[in-house]
Amino acid sequence: MNHNHPVFTDNDPQSELVTLNLGPTHPATHGVFQNVLQLDGERIVSGVSTIGYIHRAFEKIAEHRPFYQITPLTDRLNYCSSPINNMGWHMTVEKLLNIQMPKRVDYLRVIIMELSRIADHIICNTIIAQDTGATTTFLYLFQFREHIYEIFEEVCGARLTTNIGRIGGFERDFNDIAFAKIDKFLKEFPKALKEFENLLTRNRIFIDRTAGVAEVTKEAALEYSWTGPLLRATGVDYDVRVSDPYSSYQDFDFEVPVGTSGDIYDRYLVRNEEMWQSVGIIEQALVKLKTEPKGIFHADVPEFYLPPKQEVYNNMEALIYHFKIVMGEIDAPKAEVYHAVEGGNGELGFYLINDGGRTPYRLHFRRPSFVNYQMFAPMSEGMLLSDAIINMSSMNIIAGELDA
Amino acid sequence: MEETTLNNNILAKLSDKFGEKVTGVSEPYGLLTFVTTKDVIINVLSFLKNDLSFNFLTDITAVHYPGKDHGIAVVYHLHNMVEKVRIRIKVFISEQNPTIPTATTVWKGANWMERETYDLFGVKFEGHPDLRRILNMDDLGVHPMLKQYPLEDPNRVDKKDEFFGR
Repeated sequence: MNHNHPVFTDNDPQSELVTLNLGPTHPATHGVFQNVLQLDGERIVSGVSTIGYIHRAFEKIAEHRPFYQITPLTDRLNYCSSPINNMGWHMTVEKLLNIQMPKRVDYLRVIIMELSRIADHIICNTIIAQDTGATTTFLYLFQFREHIYEIFEEVCGARLTTNIGRIGGFERDFNDIAFAKIDKFLKEFPKALKEFENLLTRNRIFIDRTAGVAEVTKEAALEYSWTGPLLRATGVDYDVRVSDPYSSYQDFDFEVPVGTSGDIYDRYLVRNEEMWQSVGIIEQALVKLKTEPKGIFHADVPEFYLPPKQEVYNNMEALIYHFKIVMGEIDAPKAEVYHAVEGGNGELGFYLINDGGRTPYRLHFRRPSFVNYQMFAPMSEGMLLSDAIINMSSMNIIAGELDA
Repeated sequence: MEETTLNNNILAKLSDKFGEKVTGVSEPYGLLTFVTTKDVIINVLSFLKNDLSFNFLTDITAVHYPGKDHGIAVVYHLHNMVEKVRIRIKVFISEQNPTIPTATTVWKGANWMERETYDLFGVKFEGHPDLRRILNMDDLGVHPMLKQYPLEDPNRVDKKDEFFGR
């Protein structure tokens, strides 16, 4: 067998370097990926990242699934913010099919996507705190992730891998309990987020651990194709929601926070501010929903939107469309489309080539974690091991998205 | 359309510089797409990066079209963040000898994208500093995204197009 894994063989008996396997199942990596590090005391001399431990060949599987069966695959990319992936995929197909979405659906989607963004940023920021030793903040803010999942549960029945919505809209309208839960969340979360900031933002220990650690310049970040909060922390104001608005983000008034030095402290601040902005966006969306006609939760595209089961049993057209959709009998344009959404970690792109068959000819996911993570090993060189750990937490690498 | 004028300007500058090396121009969903050849691809990428400020490499991937003369398309997505324009570049290379110069000389971020493309499609990026498999195990032996490798039991008939009248 020809193994070309990086293996540091230190034949020099005088050498004082230590080889450390950080991962693949190390509690501090928060995911299944490995770094083989050469240490000089506590300082990292060099490192090699090995990934692929949960590679599930989604791109290959997607070539054998009709469009609507690909949504559950996208759940398992960044499983901390599954709805963003789901909706990114739905919007890609809608772009391919030139479906015009009703504004109300767009706003409902924006609410769900911003809730997911908050959930994603809660995980990342609380884990930075956890890894710097502040367990309280982790446990305190984490309950709001639970509240967000309860909202998802109300909307689609699932919590983590949501499979939320359909191509063409949602499978059902939000019920009153869902709206009540969103209202409750909007009332309680800002207080908790404020307290979270009070505990950390001016905390001397936290600043000492994070400020000035793992600084990245704008140029380096762009050179390595960074996107998302990591890129914005270096001072580049690139946000797909603004530069390439989708799902009616152009109707919303929000700010794109940017940092200056790209260090861990800036990343933390950027993510925190994004949570505030997301809360603002959800509030605006709820106001906008009031002026939209009630009860519209999907576009009028019977060729692609699965009809309600009740109608399938009682209505001929619904039965025909149901059959045609499930059997993949409906022609989609032969075309290729690239659609990007702002995921929790950056630009999540879907490159879809359709040749008119039942399934995509080729589907490629541009996964922000995968692209962002390649800088981890080079930037760790010369860093203290404990700094590298919180650097990794602040990159919010999600193994599912890393490996696809 | 404002987008179209912008795309036409970009295309005019590319054609000026590279002449008939820029072919197969199309604009699916407003995204300027063109085909070029592997001997000039690095020049095209550097020209786009340095002179037309496509400073951001979004993605590198490949597509397999079995049975064609040049059966593997390497696809680059670039992004001009200032003018908010994206561009797609395709290079068709032969299946038997899938080689193409590496883009790591233009963007460091191309490193893992090319490793992934190598892993899944077997495209050899010449001059790549570290061309190893990235997602699959080292002794897999095949490049699994090529169309000749079935996903699962090839005897299954419930997922074949011909049984659905296609």
